[in-house]
Amino acid sequence: MLLAVYLAFTLLPIGWLFLSTIQTQASLLTVPPRLIPTGFTLRNYIDIFAPAAFGENTGQSTFVLALRNSVLVSLGTTIISLLFGTLAAYAFARLNVPHKRTLLLIVLASQLLPAISVIIPLFRMFRGAHLLDTLAALILAYSTFSLPFVVWIMAGYFQSVPRELEEAARLDGASRFGAFIRIALPLVAPGLGATALFTLLNAWDEFFFALIFTSTYAAKTAPVALAEFIGRHSVNWGLLVTGGFIASLPPLVLSLVFYRYIVSGLAAGGIKG
Amino acid sequence: MDRPLSSPLPPGKRSPGAEFSELTLGLLMLAPTALVLLLVVGYPLVSSFWLSLFRVNLANPEQGQPFVGLGNYLHALAQPDFWYSIQRTVYFTIGSVGLELVLGLLFAVLLNERFRGNLGARVAMIFPWALLTVSNGVLWAWMLNPTYGVINTLLLRLGVLGAPKAWLSDTFWTMNVIILADVWKTVPNMTLLLLAGLQPIPHELYEAAEVDGASRWQKFQQVTVPLLRPVILVAVALRTIGAFRVFDIIYVLTGNGGPANSTKVISFYNYDQAFHYLYFGYGAAISWLITACMLLLIIIYLRLLRPDIES
Repeated sequence: MLLAVYLAFTLLPIGWLFLSTIQTQASLLTVPPRLIPTGFTLRNYIDIFAPAAFGENTGQSTFVLALRNSVLVSLGTTIISLLFGTLAAYAFARLNVPHKRTLLLIVLASQLLPAISVIIPLFRMFRGAHLLDTLAALILAYSTFSLPFVVWIMAGYFQSVPRELEEAARLDGASRFGAFIRIALPLVAPGLGATALFTLLNAWDEFFFALIFTSTYAAKTAPVALAEFIGRHSVNWGLLVTGGFIASLPPLVLSLVFYRYIVSGLAAGGIKG
Repeated sequence: MDRPLSSPLPPGKRSPGAEFSELTLGLLMLAPTALVLLLVVGYPLVSSFWLSLFRVNLANPEQGQPFVGLGNYLHALAQPDFWYSIQRTVYFTIGSVGLELVLGLLFAVLLNERFRGNLGARVAMIFPWALLTVSNGVLWAWMLNPTYGVINTLLLRLGVLGAPKAWLSDTFWTMNVIILADVWKTVPNMTLLLLAGLQPIPHELYEAAEVDGASRWQKFQQVTVPLLRPVILVAVALRTIGAFRVFDIIYVLTGNGGPANSTKVISFYNYDQAFHYLYFGYGAAISWLITACMLLLIIIYLRLLRPDIES
């Protein structure tokens, strides 16, 4: 009984979303509405990739442009955060850095701060540097939450690697940094993968920074494109739900494939909700 | 690793890091992160505080930017709109985290039991969790649509509603349906946190309680809740931090924090003042007030988490 309630609560809304993407306009907008669709079509999936499907005519589907921007920003954020964050995490986990504990707590606290805490000065900074409406600005802004996240989570993974392995390598003549690259890093590879996944998903989902810092499809991401589309007076519901569904497909597929990572990561907490 | 650990590295293969002392190496490895975080978090926090001491209105640049000290803060505290947005934020946070906790506990207890298809049932949680926040807004906007939405259709058929309801134009219902939409997406997160806390509780404790004739509710009340207490506190603190900053779903479902400001939570109020009316100084003051509240919540969270940090 409870299981049925749980499954219905969890799956019916998203099932309804999918069902709405494959219906004809007439079936979607029947009055009075029906629960059973009357006509199926894949039109929405074709139309959304057609030029001018999603707002102004730029000769290319704005939805495609937004998806491209989302991909570039998410990948850029993930690569930079992993590169910088992993180095810092190792230093926190293994090396004698003064005020380590305090610094690590500051890192965790800054991961939990909301965008609104820093967005006004960042806006002024980006305006001054002519970075507004660029992907670079979004990548920089996203590192406010993704970089501390990587440092925090990876420091935990490094701490779980037995010191003896690195010490053995050092006895064999490896430098400290060499032991990090050749011993510690390969050992935390699964953790690195899980962290990359969460960083990617968080960046893909981000909305507030992108809303404030972008103004054209040079940098608008998929969430901004969707929010803009819903704000129009005559909403094309078929296209809108299809856009919402397609934009969610990458995180859905990745999360299902890497289900174990997601569950253990979320269960460990410390992850922005 | 293609080479056994015991074989010595050939001389000359030592990386340049070998020359650094541990401290130097540590500082070098921290440097890129420290620089980025100082640039995008440290400097903005300080700069935001400095800005909050001035009257800055980008819409009227000819007015100059006079120093007003704590004037912006005092102005905020005297605004009924500010207090109303705080009240709406607290309402959202309590409603959302409370409902999440109730559902999360129910679902976690359910999923902690052994039954066929348990893994499948757990995987189902991924769907709401992984859906984009904005797509979740789109989904609920569509389901709540007064004319074509499935929620009105269902409630009309069941006889719960006599006439279609415009959920998102009603000052009472809008916030409540937004809470529902938010909870739907965030409950998996809560469930997984609680489930992780339930798993180490030994089954023998439940069996012993059964021997004593405890009912399901008594077992839940007397075994589960006390043992789960630390996990519940951490999960609630974490989700409170998440709920207090809510913006995206409200933006997508209402566009302006309406109707009649009933969903204008504090982030939305801040967004309005800074990026709609362009009161940057006042906006910075509000954002500092939010930051202070968040830091307080974060400190509480870290204190609850501390046993984990020290181990």
